[in-house]
Amino acid sequence: MMTDMKQIKHHLTEPLLMGYAAGTLPEAFNLVVATHISMCDTCRAALAEYEAVGGEVMLDAEPIDVAEDALAATLAMIDGGQVAEKPAPVRTQNSVFPGPLQDYVNGDIDSLKWRKVGGGVSQLVLNTSKDASVRLLRIPAGTAVPDHGHRGTELTLVLQGAFTDEEDRFGAGDVEVANEDLHHTPVAEDGLDCICLAATDAPLLFNGLVPRIAQKFIGI
Amino acid sequence: MLTEADTLTKADALPPNVIYGDVKAQRVSKVRNTKVNPEASAKRMAWVVQVHAVRDTKDRKAFAELFGYFAPRVKSFLMKSGASPDLAEECTQEVMATLWNKSHMFDPTKASVSTWIFTIARNRKIDILRKQRRPEPEDLPWGPEAEPDQADAIGLQQETEQLGQALATLPEEQRKLIERAYFGELSHSQIAAETGLPLGTIKSRIRLALDRLRHAMK
Repeated sequence: MMTDMKQIKHHLTEPLLMGYAAGTLPEAFNLVVATHISMCDTCRAALAEYEAVGGEVMLDAEPIDVAEDALAATLAMIDGGQVAEKPAPVRTQNSVFPGPLQDYVNGDIDSLKWRKVGGGVSQLVLNTSKDASVRLLRIPAGTAVPDHGHRGTELTLVLQGAFTDEEDRFGAGDVEVANEDLHHTPVAEDGLDCICLAATDAPLLFNGLVPRIAQKFIGI
Repeated sequence: MLTEADTLTKADALPPNVIYGDVKAQRVSKVRNTKVNPEASAKRMAWVVQVHAVRDTKDRKAFAELFGYFAPRVKSFLMKSGASPDLAEECTQEVMATLWNKSHMFDPTKASVSTWIFTIARNRKIDILRKQRRPEPEDLPWGPEAEPDQADAIGLQQETEQLGQALATLPEEQRKLIERAYFGELSHSQIAAETGLPLGTIKSRIRLALDRLRHAMK
């Protein structure tokens, strides 16, 4: 285990767990949720219950007749081996990236194609559906990310190291759910570089002209 | 937070953070073995036995019984989520085929059959309807046990039955909101626009409904 689960203090919110259970979140948010759950038994158990609610909602719904030959067609599909099943992801031993994240990145921290975004901070944008975006952030120990606010929701999951902002300290496995009320300046702790998985459904709002201009070029 | 959203009247102006932020997740249920309809619990254990018969002996009769009960409900879920009847039919058959193929993965101490089939249907919905990749959590390192503890399995099936009963007895308005949230029929802000209710109110009603489900377990 890379992460001592007992130390996780900041968990997913109810709407996120419910949205993941229902399958209604943007892909970028699903990735943060699946990655956090890979690190957090508390949220894994909570998710199971939101999924149970989904199962009961499904049972409660008015059934709709399937085609007359549906069972025969399904058995034929089974016999023909036509439905490919994807195995659940597994973590490469000792990787900082839990299994679901490894499906999105090729390599580990030092082999990735990080792009500098200023102030020593680097990022790697991951490829997801366009309704939200998600990136890895690498913040050198002791460095601050420029003060910024949020137009939509920003989820920041710490994978390695820790950061502190106006709200609290966030260590490995912790997730910060920020919205437009929060203007913060996260500062990476001394020690290991802070590696975060950050998803947002709207562009961040930086306070200050230079970061705002830079933002146009780097696409945060 | 809710009051802040309540003061806004135009639903479209609300940022999506109102949907995802600020509510700490809670466990839906914690207590097991309170009163539960024994017949309904027996039915749930019968589904478990049927899934195991599919797994162990490729029992087509057991599969047909599961199919007869669940396929029309999966189809209903998919159509309410926006699939055309033809697509819903096709996906339903794939969901049921996945049940067959993955029957060895089913663990009755972790999920009831209804929960498990729902997650398969949800996954297919994301694959086919939303055409997105679907990040999934890592499996727990120990995987499903070969011989799951029978008492644990029965306890979990009973818990899920209680949950189902609690859902059925929610006030109509709350039950409908939960249903819409799960079926993804409409986003919260679309529900707000349609009903004229502020988004904060919709969200607090969903919370209230979930709280009632929690209390029903206690």
